[in-house]
Amino acid sequence: MHAEAAIGRTGLWFAVLIVSILVFMTAADSGFAAHAVIVGITAFALMAMSAARFDPLGKAQGFFKMPEGPSKYDDDVIRWGVIATMFWGMAGLLVGVFIASQLAFPQLNFEPYLNFGRVRPLHTSAVIFAFGGNALIATSFYVVQRTCRTQLAFPALARFVFWGYQMFIVLAATGYLLGITQSKEYAEPEWYVDLWLTIVWIAYGAVFIGTIIRRHEPHIYVANWFYLAFIVTIAMLHVVNNLAIPVSFVGSRSYSAFSGVQDALTQWWYGHNAVGFFLTAGFLAMMYYFVPKQAERPVYSYRLSIIHFWSLIFLYIWAGPHHLHYTALPDWAQTLGMVFSVMLWMPSWGGMINGLMTLNGAWDKVRTDPIIRMMVMALAFYGMSTFEGPMLSIKSVNSLSHYTDWTIGHVHSGALGWNGMITFACMYYLVPRLWKRERMYSLRMINWHFWLATIGIVFYAASMWVAGVTQGLMWREYGADGYLVNSFADTVAALHPMYLMRAFGGLLYLSGAAIMSFNVWMTLAGRLREEAPMSDAPYDPQADHPIVQSAATAVPAE
Amino acid sequence: MSVYETLRHFADSYALVVMLAIFVTLCAWPFRPGATRHNRAAAHSIFKDENDGE
Amino acid sequence: MSMTERHKKLERNITLLSVATFVAVAIGGLVEIAPLFWIDNTIEEVEGMRPYTPLEQAGRDIYIREGCYSCHSQMVRPFRDEVERYGHYSLAAESMYDHPFQWGSKRTGPDLARVGGRYSDEWHVQHLENPQSVVPESVMPQYGFLLESELEVHDPAANLVALRRVGVPYSDRDIAQAREDMILQANPDAGGDVDEFLSRYPKAQVRDFDGQPQQLTEMDALVAYLQMLGTLVDFGSAAAQEELAEETGR
Repeated sequence: MHAEAAIGRTGLWFAVLIVSILVFMTAADSGFAAHAVIVGITAFALMAMSAARFDPLGKAQGFFKMPEGPSKYDDDVIRWGVIATMFWGMAGLLVGVFIASQLAFPQLNFEPYLNFGRVRPLHTSAVIFAFGGNALIATSFYVVQRTCRTQLAFPALARFVFWGYQMFIVLAATGYLLGITQSKEYAEPEWYVDLWLTIVWIAYGAVFIGTIIRRHEPHIYVANWFYLAFIVTIAMLHVVNNLAIPVSFVGSRSYSAFSGVQDALTQWWYGHNAVGFFLTAGFLAMMYYFVPKQAERPVYSYRLSIIHFWSLIFLYIWAGPHHLHYTALPDWAQTLGMVFSVMLWMPSWGGMINGLMTLNGAWDKVRTDPIIRMMVMALAFYGMSTFEGPMLSIKSVNSLSHYTDWTIGHVHSGALGWNGMITFACMYYLVPRLWKRERMYSLRMINWHFWLATIGIVFYAASMWVAGVTQGLMWREYGADGYLVNSFADTVAALHPMYLMRAFGGLLYLSGAAIMSFNVWMTLAGRLREEAPMSDAPYDPQADHPIVQSAATAVPAE
Repeated sequence: MSVYETLRHFADSYALVVMLAIFVTLCAWPFRPGATRHNRAAAHSIFKDENDGE
Repeated sequence: MSMTERHKKLERNITLLSVATFVAVAIGGLVEIAPLFWIDNTIEEVEGMRPYTPLEQAGRDIYIREGCYSCHSQMVRPFRDEVERYGHYSLAAESMYDHPFQWGSKRTGPDLARVGGRYSDEWHVQHLENPQSVVPESVMPQYGFLLESELEVHDPAANLVALRRVGVPYSDRDIAQAREDMILQANPDAGGDVDEFLSRYPKAQVRDFDGQPQQLTEMDALVAYLQMLGTLVDFGSAAAQEELAEETGR
């Protein structure tokens, strides 16, 4: 029997089975329910018989594009990862613009499913875990194969990692809208989704470490160290922070194993290191491979990268308590968090310098190559936000900035500037290589993307800085009579113009990403846009000759 | 003696000098001359045989 | 084996690299988080703190479900302006039964740690239904659907059992009575021993919260939760003063 026919027939019996189960559940009397059971059993038997008649393995191997031989890198998972990155990136940014608009115009809340409180975690998870996570999985699989000069270990497991991770994203995202959350920021998914992610993550670690074990290069390239630290640490953070007791094994609700102070510190130990290891270590791994490749020169100092690695991963983990300054957390923990946060400035800038100086002697590429320009801008924003972070972690600064939009501005200068830009640059690097195209459909569109994104971030960060400082100062403003000057509602009203500017900045950033989606789409379709190259001193061979003094060939001066 | 006092005593003694020495050694470690060739090879490893494994 | 070779070994051995990485990232967390667990045991329980009633806990679950923590903190810092605006600064013991904590990280709206008793039930209901009708500048979403949604808690007792497993001291009677307690707190007229309920949950507020006595809605639960926030500890009491002394310096 043909496979298509077998699938069709199996599907038909499956539909009958589902209908009979529905009938059984809603049946008004037991006799009717019993008949439904009989029909259901028959349908199940017929379904099993139809399914047994053909070999699904061949079909599955075709669908999942298992590698054909050891002579090629196993890149199909990476291709899917690039597409998933683009898709979730657009989704996450769109939701971001939506919730930014909700804060400017509360009428845009549609109760209950599209209220700010439910959509906000959708935005954060979509951009961090869906967009960033897919970019990290795809690039790590690409880099680990190239630097180890071997195929991915466990190709079937690698496919499971990709699809399992998408499953995690869908469960998490739909859960937020339905009100399924454990309220820990950036760790909102409930216990069963957490368990699922743990399984996927262990598989991810197995594929990554397995590939390194079977490498043909003696040395483990530094990018892999950062990917490894990212995978190991996220596993540790995820498991500890999500320890909880479910109310029922057939219900979504669970209660955190910790309470109050302990829960707060565990959460921000997790929360800060989600930034430190997901959004920093993982993306630094991308930087350490793709910046040298695009610049066509080795990393500025390999020695510095070794110091960078160990100091960054050691110091980052201590910095969590700076999210809890002046709260009921013991004083010593707050101080420890502040001190380590300030120290963290050094390795962060060491890494930034290492990345930027890779371009030493090739700085002209910033002018001619829009991808390099994006990478440089990403590193510049990385430097900016890793300076701002330690500054905000100083207790006296934090007393003003905490609870305000300054924090939001800080996060976005890092997320849009560093994570977004470096991801876009890596995608631009990967797409032509993965789909065997000469170049991207249009380099000039990359340029457009660059400028839209940059201006968008400027609008975003500047408006949030002003909003944050305004808010902080208005809250603590005292009049000559010794009373607080502003009611809370006054401070909300004062922020309206800033929220408008922020939404506009987000819209610019989203438009840049939309241009990128189009560009990637056309590249995948095999098209090349005919356009003037980005930089070329114009050359006209017709004009390139000495002037011959004769009336017939005289050319007017140009 | 409380944990705080123990740690405080530890940090105020020669232990601090020892920790500083360890720190400086670790930072200087990658820069030792013997590693130059090795580091250069590692940094260039990503450019070897550029054919994307085809 | 020379040191150089040993170093190369670390760079070439994935197991060693993984273990070293794990050790490096584990130290910070251990040093900072682990002490909190044994330090906490030495902190006196402040007088007045009690576990949430089943209705308050149901309200708290709704507060979490709707993502209120995205915009509202529950942690008053020890600054003059915050204490004047929101009330006495928050103590560690006040969130000892909070699984998970709701300290928040952003104040798009005001702090709620001590919102209990500041506004009437009617104000809360109207404000949740249409925030802009009460506070024109507000950017808060509308939550009118809470008024129409029956409070559906599949098994209130199971919630308390799960909370007891993570350390909240609910008694066997609290668990056995969970559903009755939940209904009683929002509708005392329907019968039930209010005094006995109050002996187990001191300072619990027993009344209809949403203005619809015949119905037990999600609005009842959420308002019951909001109205008890920050009302349990009496800051004049000796135990509270002792606790404050423990927390000086912040």
